[in-house]
Amino acid sequence: MGILDFLKSRPKNTATIAKERLRIIVAQERSSRNTPDYLPMLRTELLAVIRKYVHVDLDAINIQVERDGEHEVLELSVALPEHKTDTTA
Amino acid sequence: MTETIVVTSGKGGVGKTTTSASLATGLAAQGKKVAVIDFDVGLRNLDLIMGCERRVVYDFVNVIHQEATLKQALIRDKRHENLFVLAASQTRDKDALTQEGVQRVLEELGKEGFDYIVCDSPAGIEKGASLAMYFADRALVVVNPEVSSVRDSDRILGLLASKTRKGESGQGGVPAHLLLTRYNPVRVESGQMLGIKDVEEVLGLPVIGVIPEHESVLMASNQGVPVILDEGSLAGQAYVDAIARLLGESRPMRFIDAPKKGLFKRMFGS
Repeated sequence: MGILDFLKSRPKNTATIAKERLRIIVAQERSSRNTPDYLPMLRTELLAVIRKYVHVDLDAINIQVERDGEHEVLELSVALPEHKTDTTA
Repeated sequence: MTETIVVTSGKGGVGKTTTSASLATGLAAQGKKVAVIDFDVGLRNLDLIMGCERRVVYDFVNVIHQEATLKQALIRDKRHENLFVLAASQTRDKDALTQEGVQRVLEELGKEGFDYIVCDSPAGIEKGASLAMYFADRALVVVNPEVSSVRDSDRILGLLASKTRKGESGQGGVPAHLLLTRYNPVRVESGQMLGIKDVEEVLGLPVIGVIPEHESVLMASNQGVPVILDEGSLAGQAYVDAIARLLGESRPMRFIDAPKKGLFKRMFGS
């Protein structure tokens, strides 16, 4: 590295990009870690049914299992394309 | 009391076997009676790293299937008489391991008065890896400062918490430590590599040791001598520190800063 390189802009900080990407994916994977195995299948099948009536995106369905004391609540939200309102069942 | 420590990672090639060999040797050097077991059935390599590849007669699978006794299969280390290697089978596949068999071998080692059992896990999350961690009291998760290794480590941390005896019996899973290997301080400083804090923040666990990327690791494996025995090696010294911390000592991290460059060097050449 000589004086010219030194004066040029420093290389891009790719470690920061790596950290941000990891932060997001790890958080996402952790949240789905203790959920039942059937969730991805349920999601796909629900999506197929909904798509018979409304054209929604592949990631329009959000399914979560939340623990509320002794109960487990299956929370399902579908983002509809035009109205942008969530229907919660 | 026998303590079983699993060395695991999810991803391959991060330094599990190198770490297992150095951990077992380091513990033995402190006078502990240690057994190190290769769980990578079909792809054994711990024997090579420990330098006992030509002395393997019976292996772990033979003992599990009662084709040999544990005493026959344990290979005494050439350098430490209180250190023993249990090689993996090279001809069988991973299904040759059974949970009952593994448990029986671990219990037998306990009865033989071993202080530590180091389980060298194969990569992946298949049977060999899950059995290596199942009975562990503690885990050393080897992670490289690199995206795929960090993500896989998180997956392994999840499995340690749930798919282990300690996880299934409601004891909160296997307590885990992170060991950061192949660390390059110069690249971290220039923003090209994840730093210690980055990895700790993403995984939510403190790092117990940092092993710098160093030529001595390859030189050690070439010769079949665990790198911890290379006293002049930075990686070897970092392993000594990490093991001391594992045993409860507090030691400052070394070899984690890039060497300081003078102004002249910074301006006119590297």
